[in-house]
Amino acid sequence: MRFLLLFSRQGRLRLQKWYTAISEREKKKIIREMTTMVLARQPRTCNFIQWKDLKIVYKRYASLYFCLGVEHEENELLALEIIHRYVELLDKYFGNVCELDIIFNFEKAYFILDEFLMGGEIQETSKQIVNRAIESSDMLQETMEEYMSKPAF
Amino acid sequence: MPAVSKGDGMRGLAVFISDIRNCKSKEAEVKRINKELANIRSKFKGDKALDGYSKKKYVCKLLFIFLLGHDIDFGHMEAVNLLSSNKYTEKQIGYLFISVLVNSNSELIRLINNAIKNDLASRNPTFMNLALHCIANVGSREMAEAFASDIPRILVAGDTMDSVKQSAALCLLRLNRTSPDLVPMGEWTARVVHLLNDQHLGVVTAATSLITTLAQKSPDDFKTSVSLAVARLSRIVTSASIDLQDYTYYFVAAPWLSVKLLRLLQCYPPPEDASLRSRLTECLETILNKAQEPPKSKKVQHSNAKNAVLFEAIALIIHHDSEPNLLVRACNQLGQFLQHRETNLRYLALESMCTLASSEFSHEAVKTHIETVISALKTERDVSVRQRAVDLLYAMCDRSNSKQIVAEMLSYLETADYSIREEIVLKVAILAEKYAVDYTWYVDTILNLIRIAGDYVSEEVWYRVIQIVINRDDVQGYAAKTVFEALQAPACHENLVKVGGYILGEFGNLIAGDPRSSPLVQFNLLHSKFHLCSVPTRALLLSAYIKFINLFPEVKGTIQDVLRSDSQLRNADVELQQRAVEYLRLSCIASTDILATVLEEMPPFPERESSILAKLKKKKGSSKLPDMDDSRKNVNGNTEFVCKNNGVIYENQLLQIGLKSEYRQNLGRMYVFYGNKTSTQFQSFSTSVSTALQLNVQEKPVDPLIEAGAQVQQILNIECVSDFSDTPVLNIQFRYGGTLQNIAVKLPVMLNKFFQPTEMMSQDFFQRWKQLGAPQQEVQKIFKAKNQMDTDVTKAKLLGFGVALLDGVDPNPANFVGAGIIHTKTTQVGCLLRLEPNAQAQMYRLTLRTSKESVSQRLCELLSEQF
Repeated sequence: MRFLLLFSRQGRLRLQKWYTAISEREKKKIIREMTTMVLARQPRTCNFIQWKDLKIVYKRYASLYFCLGVEHEENELLALEIIHRYVELLDKYFGNVCELDIIFNFEKAYFILDEFLMGGEIQETSKQIVNRAIESSDMLQETMEEYMSKPAF
Repeated sequence: MPAVSKGDGMRGLAVFISDIRNCKSKEAEVKRINKELANIRSKFKGDKALDGYSKKKYVCKLLFIFLLGHDIDFGHMEAVNLLSSNKYTEKQIGYLFISVLVNSNSELIRLINNAIKNDLASRNPTFMNLALHCIANVGSREMAEAFASDIPRILVAGDTMDSVKQSAALCLLRLNRTSPDLVPMGEWTARVVHLLNDQHLGVVTAATSLITTLAQKSPDDFKTSVSLAVARLSRIVTSASIDLQDYTYYFVAAPWLSVKLLRLLQCYPPPEDASLRSRLTECLETILNKAQEPPKSKKVQHSNAKNAVLFEAIALIIHHDSEPNLLVRACNQLGQFLQHRETNLRYLALESMCTLASSEFSHEAVKTHIETVISALKTERDVSVRQRAVDLLYAMCDRSNSKQIVAEMLSYLETADYSIREEIVLKVAILAEKYAVDYTWYVDTILNLIRIAGDYVSEEVWYRVIQIVINRDDVQGYAAKTVFEALQAPACHENLVKVGGYILGEFGNLIAGDPRSSPLVQFNLLHSKFHLCSVPTRALLLSAYIKFINLFPEVKGTIQDVLRSDSQLRNADVELQQRAVEYLRLSCIASTDILATVLEEMPPFPERESSILAKLKKKKGSSKLPDMDDSRKNVNGNTEFVCKNNGVIYENQLLQIGLKSEYRQNLGRMYVFYGNKTSTQFQSFSTSVSTALQLNVQEKPVDPLIEAGAQVQQILNIECVSDFSDTPVLNIQFRYGGTLQNIAVKLPVMLNKFFQPTEMMSQDFFQRWKQLGAPQQEVQKIFKAKNQMDTDVTKAKLLGFGVALLDGVDPNPANFVGAGIIHTKTTQVGCLLRLEPNAQAQMYRLTLRTSKESVSQRLCELLSEQF
């Protein structure tokens, strides 16, 4: 996998993960092209687009578009399921996840992504194991009381 | 309040994010951000050392600002400091920051690598994972240098936790992709392969990804993984759904692992060991069988996972290309998917079938689906699916269905999306050329292309049609006629005018006999389009006009008037003006001979790799394309060159040899062109000619180095000493990429090349004929016609053979009579011939009478093969 992007229906980028080293300018260009291309797709068309030498796999969940850029040899249907797996994990963690959760807890979204994808490959396909890993890292964090007593600036 | 269900939400961060979202305008947002940046800067510079929590919060804010799209130029030091914290969350944010904002400051890199080293050695799996993740995310050369040797050790160590092993495997994979030379696999190879047997399926998955990439670079090292992979795959595929517990995804057993194993197997040819091969075949059959079973769940996730494994299995079957049974089953399965409700499956089926089409076992099976594919082309709503349908039609095209497929693609072109028109035009042009048995169909197809999608017909395409028409004598007349008719249309595309102008300029004489396409009519037709065309087209038309002056003296005056007009001679464009002036002058002062030489018919084009194919490859990037391997090659058929002097005499994948020759009396000169078709240079290129004593061939030296894609020329001087029957052989030797290549080609130098045509009156002819009445002086042959018996073609061949055709000599007008003299250094031999065609019986009788028996024999032999 080369990259993973999440953006809203208005084209606002919510998450970006890059698995190859490219310049900032290149990244911005790709983001622009992806959002234009995916948002222009009609409903009931297939979820795959051929773009340059990559395959773009995308799926819409509620108000968010999940967009993956994968290499030519990768299996498209499984890429769709990677997206689905990620959504399931987010859903389990945030409880009925919505776009706002991802906006305000963006760093958590990255951590969850990193638990099951690494270097562009799927690292762990067992949902239980990933969930346990996320929960245990949460255990290392503070309680609600400690949170409320923190300064608000 | 934003949803913070658990753990370490940073309150200040949440408030900041709220503020940003509440900003009404871009300026307000930038203002708020700058305020925050100033705040953070002062906090970082402040006297009081910040506590871990605050540092983390500010670093996270910086990250957020960066991800919004603003540039951040500080904070790296603080992020690096966080790495050495003992608190997991602080470390995590630190790592996240430096993974996203990669900095190439060497001091920072040193510190980062230090922190990573500590974490890797910490024996705390969570910390180790964080470190490995960072290395995988950044993957810089410095990190590779620092850690590439440690990671394999961690990977195979017995006491490493499973989750760390997974991270290590994928980290190694990433490093291998970015800095392959720094990752030493050697001693670890066996242990890595062994990981395929691990109990933990997550480890196996990660290991498989790693091995697949490594095996692509050095397949031999990882050969042993094949048997382990097959064993694993077969266990998964035959397992009950409860066995794999959490690795079952919506009732499909370990789909990710299955797909990865199948991909690993695609790095290798089918296993040689028979039992392994049969086990794998069983596996694949099981997967194919499962596809026919009713689904265990209605959810799309189930069908996606199941079909993902199925498609990958089919990809493996196609890659192996060895079991016809499996290939046909795969083809049928894909055929079912072609009409599935789900668009995704139709798309993938079309894509997969493209690769199937190139396998000889399944090519026929694929062709049976042609009607489905054509209807997909017409009815699919999704343009990307239609594009796959076009690709598949292109791949499944062969001699049996080429006409149908080209017709379908042409009719699709009329309504196709503009973004894909150029590609379709290129494909149609390639198919038309590759499968043309009858070149008139080819010419029609290209002219149709120009008519339907003229704007997308790139230069390469119409250059090619002209090249082909010039190289093929048999289609020149047809091309002239068709182009003439096409130009009659009131609104024709400029590309058509270009093609028409060129072809009429070269071959307009072939249709000038018909009053409807007389020279004046042709000229007026072209000139009527003149003012509608762009400058380059007009330049081409001007050249056509001067060619007309040469071909048709009767329109010289009319054309000169046009050239003389102010709009040409004083044209604002320099090129047009120059052409008009020069052509006008040339037509005034040149004698007919000189004009004829200057404007002689274009010689055949020596060919390199079809530029159309090259253009298509460039457009499609790296995707698979059928080769032009079996494209038209003028192989050693020397019979072709008896009556003509120019053309391609040899072609293989590396080299193309063309020649152009001219003869005068007993001397000849041959220009041999060697074209390097590859992307590597030829070295130590040398040639030698072996020939019979009666022929002297002197070679001029040839360049020993031929660059990629270049063409070099060699001159051969030929002298005919006395009559001969064997053709000389050209031996070529060169070094290509380390191997020595040896090629031997027959040079088309035959006795008839030294013919001088001789005109004579019929009495002289009959007198001579009687004089050469001795039995050894006459050779006669009766033979069956191999090609169609056409008067014009026969005439042309006889003239090409070298004799003068004498009219009104033979009482039977259908017969052909010719005379000429063969020049050799020692003697000159007078030759008379008579060719009697019998159309009813499709046979010929050929009689040769010359003063030398061997000459009569040889000439009769040569000429009888031509019909």
